[in-house]
Amino acid sequence: MRVEADTGLCQGHQMCQGEAPSVFGFDAATDVVVLLEEEPDESLRDAVATAVKYCPAMALTLHD
Amino acid sequence: MSLTRIPEVSSEFPGHEHGHLEDLRHDPVGLLHRVREECGDVGRFRLGDRDVVLVSGAEANESFFRAPDSVLDQGEAYPFMTPIFGKGVVFDATPEQRQEMLKNQALRGDMMRGHATTIEAEINRMVAGWGEEGEIDLLDFFAELTIYTTSSCLIGKPFREELDASFAQHYHDLERGTDAIAYVDPYADIESFRIRDAARERLVALVQEIIDKRVARGTVPREERDLLDVLISLTNPDGSAYYSADVITGIFISMMFAGHHTSSGTAAWTLIELLRNPSIMASVVAELDDLYADGSEVSFQALRSIPQLEAALKETLRLHPPLVLLLRVAQEEVELGGFAVPAGTMVGATPRVSNRIAADFPAPDRFDPGRYIDPRQEDLQNRWTWIPFGAGKHRCVGNAFAMMQLKAIFSVILRDYTFEMAQPAESYRDDTSKMVIQLEQPCRVRYRRRVR
Repeated sequence: MRVEADTGLCQGHQMCQGEAPSVFGFDAATDVVVLLEEEPDESLRDAVATAVKYCPAMALTLHD
Repeated sequence: MSLTRIPEVSSEFPGHEHGHLEDLRHDPVGLLHRVREECGDVGRFRLGDRDVVLVSGAEANESFFRAPDSVLDQGEAYPFMTPIFGKGVVFDATPEQRQEMLKNQALRGDMMRGHATTIEAEINRMVAGWGEEGEIDLLDFFAELTIYTTSSCLIGKPFREELDASFAQHYHDLERGTDAIAYVDPYADIESFRIRDAARERLVALVQEIIDKRVARGTVPREERDLLDVLISLTNPDGSAYYSADVITGIFISMMFAGHHTSSGTAAWTLIELLRNPSIMASVVAELDDLYADGSEVSFQALRSIPQLEAALKETLRLHPPLVLLLRVAQEEVELGGFAVPAGTMVGATPRVSNRIAADFPAPDRFDPGRYIDPRQEDLQNRWTWIPFGAGKHRCVGNAFAMMQLKAIFSVILRDYTFEMAQPAESYRDDTSKMVIQLEQPCRVRYRRRVR
């Protein structure tokens, strides 16, 4: 699976970090998400899918 | 550059001096749908002496929602709000900055647990006097409840404790004072504007009374202070108050506005849709019964996944978006859906129309929460047309708060009560005569305490 983060949409809610902290980081200077892992391990699928689903800015996408 | 290449929609009031103003005042939903039917992704209507270019569909919506503030600005797009927030009340902040402040303060992720506890307590207070069975008006009930939740969560508990149903009534009168005629004259001499201005004066008087009490009481420890204490503590060099009651009231009205009628209306429509769709109601109730069987707290679960209820809430938002028309003013020439739109033009996107595009949402008028269950995920698949919260940088920053609040409300009321319609199913409808759309009264339902 591959994760995509659209920093043009991110509002800096940082909810994704709570769901999958090894995949989603945060750049405090620009107030947007930073992808730590573009192709996370399959074991993280549920956590990443939850982060995508609950992103308040709809800024994340999960590709299979 | 001329706008005439963009097709203009027909009018139910041909030849009217203010263009499509009367269409917008009488049947805004009909007008917005007609633009897409007659003109396609990009169409045009006229409001007084201004043209409004209306977009729908993924491509044009994406251009609209991705445009930076320097290109499409919200500042002058909502003239009907100025008399509500207060004429001449300047907060030294743009709408974007205020939204940013809210996100960084009251709506921070780590504040949500406390808000969930507050909201659960407010719902319990509202139903405390319900007894075994009875009847409520959905608009009155949810409008009052959401005055208490938004004031408590955004301004503070001490301020909320000073409020009663009269505050909700005056606030409702403000929301009713959003006639689209404001696009021609926000201070036109019409009844709903007179009521609006009288309601604002009463709200200022209520806030003044609360301020007087606070001043008489003197200072309290930091942890007992709310936003009102902070605002009245600010003084000019000569010791006089920096903010008048009028300005403070304006600040509070503006802070509460985005979260009030929106959440109130969505709660009411969710209950109506669940009553119209008994099998979905049954699955939501079963999900909640299962979730709370171990006696867990609503304030805990409302922050977590409740898939069936969430899907029902999303489907309600798709069919009944609280805001049907989102507006901006072009600050420079901008291209939308293949048309060059000149600076100064008003530009709009429409959740009501985009949310029902059949190519994106099969059987678009059907209430089908199954759309959001894996693998369909029609909200994530259509992020530029599933837009009840808008989209892009200005997507409603309160949407996580709103979903949490709605999950808490339905967790409590469906756990403890069953409901039935007190009027024909088709008779529940919106009053769309104002820019702030609300349920038309009567909108009554009966409740009965569940036997366990």
